[in-house]
Amino acid sequence: MNAMQTLVALWTVVLKEIKRFTRIWPQTLLPPSITMTMYFIIFGNLIGSRIGAMDGFTYMDFIVPGLIMMAVITNSYSNVASSFFSNKFQRSVEEMMVSPMPSWVILSGYIFGGMARGLGVGLIVTLVSLFFTRLTLEHPFLTLLVVVLTSALFSIGGFINALLANKFDDISIVPTFILTPLTYLGGVFYSISMLPDFWQAVSMLNPILYMVNVFRYGFLGVSDIPVGWALAAIVGFILVLFVVALKMLERGKGIRA
Amino acid sequence: MAEPALSIRGLTKVYDNGFHALKGIDLDVQQGDFFALLGPNGAGKSTTLGAVCSLVQKTSGKITIFGIDTDRDFAKAKYQLGVVPQEFNFNQFEKVLDIVLAQAGYYGMTRREALPRAEKLLTDLGLWDKRNGSARMLSGGMKRRLMIARALMHRPKLLILDEPTAGVDIELRRSMWEYLRRINRDEGTTIILTTHYLEEAESLCRNIAIINHGDIIRNTSVRALLKELNTETFLLDITQPLDKAPEVEGFELSLVEPTQLALVFHRGQELNDVFEALSQQGIKVVSMRNRANRLEEMFVSMVEAGNHAIDQKAAEQGIPANQGSAPAKEARA
Repeated sequence: MNAMQTLVALWTVVLKEIKRFTRIWPQTLLPPSITMTMYFIIFGNLIGSRIGAMDGFTYMDFIVPGLIMMAVITNSYSNVASSFFSNKFQRSVEEMMVSPMPSWVILSGYIFGGMARGLGVGLIVTLVSLFFTRLTLEHPFLTLLVVVLTSALFSIGGFINALLANKFDDISIVPTFILTPLTYLGGVFYSISMLPDFWQAVSMLNPILYMVNVFRYGFLGVSDIPVGWALAAIVGFILVLFVVALKMLERGKGIRA
Repeated sequence: MAEPALSIRGLTKVYDNGFHALKGIDLDVQQGDFFALLGPNGAGKSTTLGAVCSLVQKTSGKITIFGIDTDRDFAKAKYQLGVVPQEFNFNQFEKVLDIVLAQAGYYGMTRREALPRAEKLLTDLGLWDKRNGSARMLSGGMKRRLMIARALMHRPKLLILDEPTAGVDIELRRSMWEYLRRINRDEGTTIILTTHYLEEAESLCRNIAIINHGDIIRNTSVRALLKELNTETFLLDITQPLDKAPEVEGFELSLVEPTQLALVFHRGQELNDVFEALSQQGIKVVSMRNRANRLEEMFVSMVEAGNHAIDQKAAEQGIPANQGSAPAKEARA
């Protein structure tokens, strides 16, 4: 395939993914908006007003970046995991496998599709948050960079999950038992400086903590961990997981007999 | 001589569970041919076609498509190839038009290039009116035609169809045959199909390969294969009901129904002799037809001979008879 054909093929996969999640918007775009609105009302407004300041900010201001990031992570991951697994299950993935599209184009198409939903939901949640607080952006470029990278990372994660999954249950195990606990314990609702030393050290093993903190740093200018270090870790994870996913796809893991 | 549209040498496939689905097959399909790959369930037909279109990873062997070695440049070879699988493999929730346009996009065709092509193919296959409907709303026959349209979007020179008319009613089957004949004749598209309907192979195809237990047991022209047929069974409808079959010297006749006779006809015999003898006995024949498809008789005898040979070999080695001939689908389950 020449460069133009490759670009057309990539755009075809991305567009197909965007059409998919917008076609089923009551399942993909609406629920996170409602859930996050509940978080803003209950934790931010009702309970938050009694908690007081967190790292020098109102509780609402503190949790908004974490909640946006939580929505981006879960939606990026689940979009790719469920879409690719559905295609595998219905065998419509064969449409792509018999075509001359290189594996990296297929993988990138799904990643961009996952990012489109993750970032789209992130934007919706951000707009909803404006009803509850006035957002300030201390470092706009960094904020954008970290949310884009995080979305890419979890889209790749969702792809690997879908390749390995044999049944629909297998694509809900990781989000339910790994992603959700790590997100809740990743400093979305509290600053890890509140924790005893031991639990602070344990929290440092949680990769989502770094993403939430850098994202919050972009909004508020405060972070529990060094920003540069966190960015490097995210990029490193992206590179490693991309290569792993690509190798699995090229070998036909779970899709070629 | 032009490169074959498809050339396979020493193709083997051993599944993870140790089942040998293909045992080193060689096959050539010439450009412009209409070729049938026949075999019972689990014989290796779909595995062969899967290896050709990269859905099955071959264990060893060489596949070239229009002279392009798939080990060297599968992407280039795939441009020549259109695939219509046995089972519906499109997203049932997508629109008909989106499905064919997306397929064109995977081959690098822009929407501007693809749209007129989609309109032509969907119109030819009677689906243009359904283009904005969800694919799941289509009937089974329409879904099959959709897969044909999708496979032809990028103008492949080789079209592979895995049981394209399975579950399709007779009228629709005939119209699909006509369409396939047309693209083979007018556009020079080489067509390879697998089918369970031997009438389909006999009616459509010029050349044929019979595969059984992962081996090609015959590869010849349909005409040559039919010439080998020594006997045919004809059913003769007669006017007067009979109690027993009439005796005609040199011919085997039996009574199927009081007004129907079965005639086993050997090559070299003359039908006129039978009719004359029956006429002399006051029996009038009003119509006549083959008891079974001619190719079917030959196919069944070949497959049975192959199975018998394998069972015999297994018995000699003390293996239960059916173990050597387990169908691929069961082995994979």
